[in-house]
Amino acid sequence: MTTMKEKKGAYAIVCLVILFILAVLFTFPLYWILTGSLKTPIEINSASPTLWPQEFTLQNYEKLLSSQMNLFEINAFGYTITGPAIASALKWLLNTVIMAVGAMVLTCITASMAGYVLAKKRFYGRDFIFGLMVCAMALPKQVILIPLVQQMAALHIHDTLLAVIVPIVGWPFGVFLMKQFSENVPGEVLESARIDGAGQWRTFYQIVYPLIKPGVGALAIFTFISSWNDYFMQLIMLNSNTVQTISLGIAKMQAGPEANDFGLIMAGAAVAAVPILIVFIAFQKYFTQGITMGAVKG
Amino acid sequence: MAKTNQAGMSRALVRRETTAAYLFLLPCLIFFLGFVVYPMVTCFINSFTIYNTYGHSFSVATMFDNYKRMFDDKVFWQGFWNTIIIVVVSVPTVTAFSLWVGTAIYQMGPKLRSFFRCIFYLPVVTGTVAVTVVWKWMFNNYYGLFNAVGKGLGILDQNINWLGDERFAIWCIILILFTTSIGQPIVLYVAALGNVDQALIEASEVDGATKFQVFWKIKWPQIMPTTLYILVITTINSFQCFALIQLLTSGGPNGSTQTIMYYIYYQAIKLGEYGYGNAMGIILAIIIALFSAIQFKVAGKDNT
Repeated sequence: MTTMKEKKGAYAIVCLVILFILAVLFTFPLYWILTGSLKTPIEINSASPTLWPQEFTLQNYEKLLSSQMNLFEINAFGYTITGPAIASALKWLLNTVIMAVGAMVLTCITASMAGYVLAKKRFYGRDFIFGLMVCAMALPKQVILIPLVQQMAALHIHDTLLAVIVPIVGWPFGVFLMKQFSENVPGEVLESARIDGAGQWRTFYQIVYPLIKPGVGALAIFTFISSWNDYFMQLIMLNSNTVQTISLGIAKMQAGPEANDFGLIMAGAAVAAVPILIVFIAFQKYFTQGITMGAVKG
Repeated sequence: MAKTNQAGMSRALVRRETTAAYLFLLPCLIFFLGFVVYPMVTCFINSFTIYNTYGHSFSVATMFDNYKRMFDDKVFWQGFWNTIIIVVVSVPTVTAFSLWVGTAIYQMGPKLRSFFRCIFYLPVVTGTVAVTVVWKWMFNNYYGLFNAVGKGLGILDQNINWLGDERFAIWCIILILFTTSIGQPIVLYVAALGNVDQALIEASEVDGATKFQVFWKIKWPQIMPTTLYILVITTINSFQCFALIQLLTSGGPNGSTQTIMYYIYYQAIKLGEYGYGNAMGIILAIIIALFSAIQFKVAGKDNT
C-alpha cells in the first residue's frame, strides 16, 4: 500500500516538474518579446543573446511611436477635416479596439436574440435554420473569405473596418453558444411572463436576458479576443494605412525595411499583445466557459 | 417546456409566436445569410468561372477549367502534400499532448489547474502576429536565439538558416503551429474530465481497478466526444495554416512550405485569380469534410 502511494506521489511530482518546464517554454516567446523590446540595438544584435536586458531602454518604444498620422480625416462637401496627429501604432490600436468592440457588441445582440428563440420557441422553419447554421460551422471559415472580398468591394465597404466586423457577426458560433445557454431558461418562467401580459420584447429583455447574462459575457469576451487576433480577415479586407489594425501594422513592419530592427518589432508586438493579454487574464473564467460550452454536443 | 404549451395554443397565437420568432432572428439572419451563406454559394459558383477584367465569365466549355488547371499545377500539388504533412504530424501530436496535459493538470488543485490552463493558452491569446515575429527572430540566421544556444551548447557547428533551409522550414512552422494549437484542446479536456461520472470511477476503484484501467475503460470512452471534437477542430485549423506561412516564409524556400491555403491567398488576392482561388477553396473544403468524416467513422466505432 505504501509503495503504491509512494509511486503515485513520485509520478505526480515528475508530472509537475515536466509541466513547469513546459510552462516556462510556453511563456518564453512572450518573455522574449517583452525583454527584447527593452533591449538596446547593440545588445539585440550581439552574437551572444542575454536572457535579461543589461541596460533597459525605451528607445524602441520611442521609435515605434515616432511615426505619426492623423487621427481621422473626413472628406465631406468638398472640405477636408483632419484630426490631430497621433502615433501610428496608437491609431492602429484604436482601429483594432473599434473593430473588436463593434464585432463583439453586434454579435452579442444578434446571437443572444437568435439563440433564445431557437432554444425556446417552436416555429415553422426552426430546424431548417438551425441545421443550416450547424452545416455552415462545419465548413472551413477561410474558404468563404475570397468571395467575401469581392462582395465587400461590391458593397463599397472593402477597406473599412466594417468589412472585417460584418463576417465575424455572421459566423453562427455565437448563436450556437447562446442557444446552449438559453436552453436552461425554465419554460415556466416564460409562460408566467406571457400570462402576466409581458410582450415578446419585454420577456426577452427583462426575464431571459438576466438569466443568460453569463453566456453573453462568455460570448463577448470570446468574440473580442478572436476578432482581435483574426489576422487573415484583417489582411485581406484592409489595405489603407488609415484603417490598419495593430496586427497588420506589425506584420507590414516586419516585412518592410525595418525587418531586422528586432527591438522595434518586439516593441510593436508588445503593444499588440499586452492589451489583449490583460483582457484575457481579467476575464479568463468567462472565456474558458465560452470555449467549453460551445464544444458540448458540438 | 415549449412542447407542452404548443398543444394549448390557438392558431392566432402560433402565428404570433412565429412572427415574433422571426423578428428576433432577423438581425442574425441578415448577417448569417448575407455574409456566410451567400459567399459560400458564390464561392461554389465562381469556381466554375474564369475571372478577368470584365468580371466573371462562364461558359459550359470552360466550366471545369479551374479544376483541370489545378490537377496540372505543380505548385498546387506541392502545397497539397505540405498541407498533408502538417495535418498528419500536428493533429496526433496536438491531441495526444493536450490529453496528457489535460489529465495531468486535472488532478491538481483548482488554483494550479487554472494556472497551467492559462499558461498553455497564452500563445493563442498573444495573437498570431506577435507570436510569429518573435519566433522569426529566434529562428534568425544571424541574431537568432536557436543558433546562439545551439552553438553555445556545441550542438551546432555553424549557423543554420532555419526558415531559409528546405529541410527545416516546414518543421519550424509545425513547431510554432503546435504551440499555438494546444491551448483550446487542453481547456476542453479539463472540462470533459470534470464531467466524467465520478460514481463509476469510485465503483471501479473499489473493485480494484488500476489507475490505467480506470483511464482506458471508464474515462476514455466518456471523453470520446471531446476527443472527436478536438480532432476535427485541429484538423480544420491545420488545413487552414496560413498566417505562419505568410509571415515567415511566403511558401518558400523553393515551395517547401507552400500550403493550399497560402496558395489560395496568393492566387486570389495577389494575382486576382478569383475563380481559380475559389475552385481550390472548394477542393480544400471537400478534403476537410472527408477527413472529418473519417474521424467520425473511426472514433464513432470505438465509442458505440
